[in-house]
Amino acid sequence: MVTRLSALVLALSLLAGGLEARAAEEKTERFITVASTTSTENSGLFDHLLPLFTTASGIAVRVVAVGTGQAIALARNGDADLLFVHHKPSEEAFVADGFGVERFDVMYNDFVLVGPSGDPAGAGGLAEAPAALARIAAAEALFASRGDDSGTHKTELGLWRAAGVDAAAASGTWYRETGSGMGATLNAASAMDAYALTDRATWLKFANKGDLEVLVEGDRRLFNQYGIILVSAAKHPHVKSADGEAFIEWLISPAGQAAIAAYRIEGAPAFFANARMAGG
Amino acid sequence: MIEFGQAFAAAFHLIASLDAGLVEIVALSLRISLSAVALAALVGLPLGAAVALYRFPGRLAVAALLNAFMGLPPVVVGLIVYLLLSRSGPLGVLGLLFTPGAMIVAQWLLVTPIVAALALQTVADLHTEYDEQLRSLGATPGRALWTLLWDGRLSLVTAVLAGFGRASAEVGAVMIVGGNINHVTRVMTTAIALETSKGDLALALGLGLILICLALAINFTAMAVRDLARVRHA
Repeated sequence: MVTRLSALVLALSLLAGGLEARAAEEKTERFITVASTTSTENSGLFDHLLPLFTTASGIAVRVVAVGTGQAIALARNGDADLLFVHHKPSEEAFVADGFGVERFDVMYNDFVLVGPSGDPAGAGGLAEAPAALARIAAAEALFASRGDDSGTHKTELGLWRAAGVDAAAASGTWYRETGSGMGATLNAASAMDAYALTDRATWLKFANKGDLEVLVEGDRRLFNQYGIILVSAAKHPHVKSADGEAFIEWLISPAGQAAIAAYRIEGAPAFFANARMAGG
Repeated sequence: MIEFGQAFAAAFHLIASLDAGLVEIVALSLRISLSAVALAALVGLPLGAAVALYRFPGRLAVAALLNAFMGLPPVVVGLIVYLLLSRSGPLGVLGLLFTPGAMIVAQWLLVTPIVAALALQTVADLHTEYDEQLRSLGATPGRALWTLLWDGRLSLVTAVLAGFGRASAEVGAVMIVGGNINHVTRVMTTAIALETSKGDLALALGLGLILICLALAINFTAMAVRDLARVRHA
């Protein structure tokens, strides 16, 4: 059954490939594919950054923006040349399992806890994020969670653990798992007047804030580090190692780091470049 | 409910300024969906007619399968095509994933059962009507197949249009196998999903309005061609 379906898809693929041949002739460009997160895409950073790299190198960058969990799965299957996400433990496991060559710090920003301006749980202004979450749980105020195994979701789960709250047990009541991207979750939070954890860049760029505002920020637990990894050619020989390395080198070079630092959303810096510069 | 007014304004602005990004996305959407529907018609019309005319064991099961697959969830089809075209999958060597070709394959899988099932119904009805004539002419099922497909071509336009509606409206499959890559695989529906996730609901709805207008234009054209053919035929 599977082989027959494969054969059918193969035949169609060749046909579709033929149709694409003309289009491909128009676009015989050098490109690399980057599996990344919705936060980098939605924040507008890539629109600012990638043209600069393409101009400098002649290499186009194709970004597939999904949650960190799905991005790692794509890279594991060899469907991307680079992995550019924000959950260090998962990234280190990716390298340790032999799927990635080496992990490089690129930049950071931070997560913020947003919620309705009325703040029914009284979580606003607390210095400690877990304490704020504990208040939300105690008040059983609505909380919109990504629930999608993304980097933001993993960070959020860590904060619940630190707060000593079993949020999963409340799933479906005051704890709402949207199972979707950051923007969709913020749309849901905005519609429900719920609390939510979001990265700052997506929040700054988000256009449908409604009654939501930032209530908790600045806790060191809300630190959000982004790293980039070249997918291992030992696992997937088709990976464009040279062009992928060029992208990493540019990102962590003074030019790339300056380009990241220069990106602002409504005057506010969205990401802070923090690669350890080569030889520095 | 300010969004609706803003959506119309956004849609109008995009069209009036012939926004380069919009033109690119619309062109790609049409290229992908029309290719998928053309391929689906190529396979689905003869397939539906054959199931209607030939008697073979399991025929009813095939007919039921075609009908059931009219409602294939796009996201499941996307997942299956992803697993087949992934570098770790059986067809990974083709390198088709995250290209328009992969999106055509996914939409073709979605549309073919629709075209086939509707063609089956049309041809079966025609066959009941012309059974005696065909038999007196001594037509084999093979001859009858093409005769009836040609005879039912005006009704079959509707089958193909239904397929096009499905292809141009779905987002689940093309999102997974295309990846919504800017300038490469971003189409109308994935662009709408992206703008929604950015919270720019007015722009998302504006793009939606343009998509609906496109579907209307294509349906009007097809119906006009059909009516013209009917008038000339009569």
